[in-house]
Amino acid sequence: MKILVCISHVPDTASKISFTDNNTKFNAAGVQFIIGPYDEYALSRAIELRGDAGSVTVLNVGEADTEPTIRKALAIGADDAIRVNAFPKDSYFVASQIAAIAKSEKYDLILMGRESIDYNSGLVHGMVGEMLGIPSISPVMKLDITGNKATMAREIEGGKEIVEIALPLVAGCQEPIAEWKIPNMKGIMSARTKPLKVVEPTAVEETTSLNSYELPAPKGACKMIDASTPEKLFEALKNEAKVL
Amino acid sequence: MSVLVFVEGVDGEIKKSSFEAISYAAELAKKKNTHAVAVVIGAYPADALESLGKYGASKVLNINNDKLKQPVIQPYATAIAEAANKETADVIILSKSSIGEAVASRLAVKLKAAVVSNVIELPDLSGGFKVKKSLYTGKAFANIELKADKKVLTIAKNACSVTETGGKATVESFAPSIPDTDFSTAIKEVSKATGDILLTEADIVVSGGRGLKGPENWHLVTDLAKALGAATGCSKPVSDLDWRPHHEHVGQTGIKVSPNLYIAIGISGAIQHLAGVNSSKCIVVINKDPEAPFFKAADYGIAGDAFEVVPKLIAAAKNYK
Repeated sequence: MKILVCISHVPDTASKISFTDNNTKFNAAGVQFIIGPYDEYALSRAIELRGDAGSVTVLNVGEADTEPTIRKALAIGADDAIRVNAFPKDSYFVASQIAAIAKSEKYDLILMGRESIDYNSGLVHGMVGEMLGIPSISPVMKLDITGNKATMAREIEGGKEIVEIALPLVAGCQEPIAEWKIPNMKGIMSARTKPLKVVEPTAVEETTSLNSYELPAPKGACKMIDASTPEKLFEALKNEAKVL
Repeated sequence: MSVLVFVEGVDGEIKKSSFEAISYAAELAKKKNTHAVAVVIGAYPADALESLGKYGASKVLNINNDKLKQPVIQPYATAIAEAANKETADVIILSKSSIGEAVASRLAVKLKAAVVSNVIELPDLSGGFKVKKSLYTGKAFANIELKADKKVLTIAKNACSVTETGGKATVESFAPSIPDTDFSTAIKEVSKATGDILLTEADIVVSGGRGLKGPENWHLVTDLAKALGAATGCSKPVSDLDWRPHHEHVGQTGIKVSPNLYIAIGISGAIQHLAGVNSSKCIVVINKDPEAPFFKAADYGIAGDAFEVVPKLIAAAKNYK
């Protein structure tokens, strides 16, 4: 099985988000970057599915600062990596880069997270599927391969559906598809020498531009209600907050 | 030109989120001096389709094809793209849902459209086409300009209030031609909780955390939810411990909710949980520990023992709903 796993390089889930340059740039100072948590689920499952004769390639669209994140994916167990040397400016741009590489490489399975936790768009897997003319599915919480067929559980509102699709396909993954794998010392050592190929991006027409960021308005103080008379809460919700 | 809106149904009923989407499309159409067309896939009674006019759709395209009974991504994307071409729609609106999002991406590529998901308010049309989207899991927003001639948007819950104007839509049946190659996905089985209010659609959500000590105490959450007509959710540890199913997990790596009222019982408020709820209009936190970080993100708080406080709330709730 030849598997491509697309990973994003995103601020840790506990990061405080702020912006610089008049709210036009993300403020990376003091922020720890990680493999997108959903992408890491996809990577973990890919390694389990790889088999003896298979391979797992990780792909990231990002500038040079994402290389430590890519090396971590190699330490977890991917065989090799590709970095498309460009800032991932929107879903269409990223999907176009992935599709350009996948077109010549003929992967059986293209996995990624259901969404990146920075832009939260959840669009890349579907776009890649459409660009390659193959099925796409998300969010996938269980994925098994038998022969040429994938059986998956996809989360839907209030439950799940069991879906069968012939390979190749693109899937956006989420927990509990696999347990995260902690890299061991051998993995970390070998990651340093595993191949990481840097390629230049293909030209893509610009369809969106991010003009500025905003932070939510700060919350007012929490109004405390005495625990001995909790029913007063409903009066406040009805008359003051007007949400009942 | 027109604004096309994809309307979703579940078990033969139009979803509430779709009424919002129609209202959004109609408001946008008004701004653009054009009209909104709703596309509905599946069999519905004629009056149910006509009544979508109430929310501002002047026309309903009904696609009734046995092969589209289940929401499968590829043929749905083809069907909606054909509908968009037929109606010369330059903006297509979908709800942010398990099918809306999956379809939007393929649709955008088919139509060579610019696409933005998770849009939280009506577009700003003064000088271009700009939308505000939520990102960093609700910790920030971005103002994005869409530059292609065609635009696809998925909208978050509460992006637009439902407005009823009282009109009647004309209904037209439409049979898009969908290639066989689109039908490569087979849905074998669907399992979902029936009768429950869907977490993503609910106006009120009651969630429980590890403070409830065990699944045997969950009646506190479900009874309060029942009394308020709310959906139920839980924190990540609770779903990890299998006290509750994964589809109830609210948070950064679970379901993101944006109800009018979110009530958290026995949840301390880890930043990952807050990320899933911070676009709620009003947050109530009930926790024994007055220092729980969740109180900082709450509008109302009760520092008390859930086992004493919640039964009183359940008894009182009936008078307020």
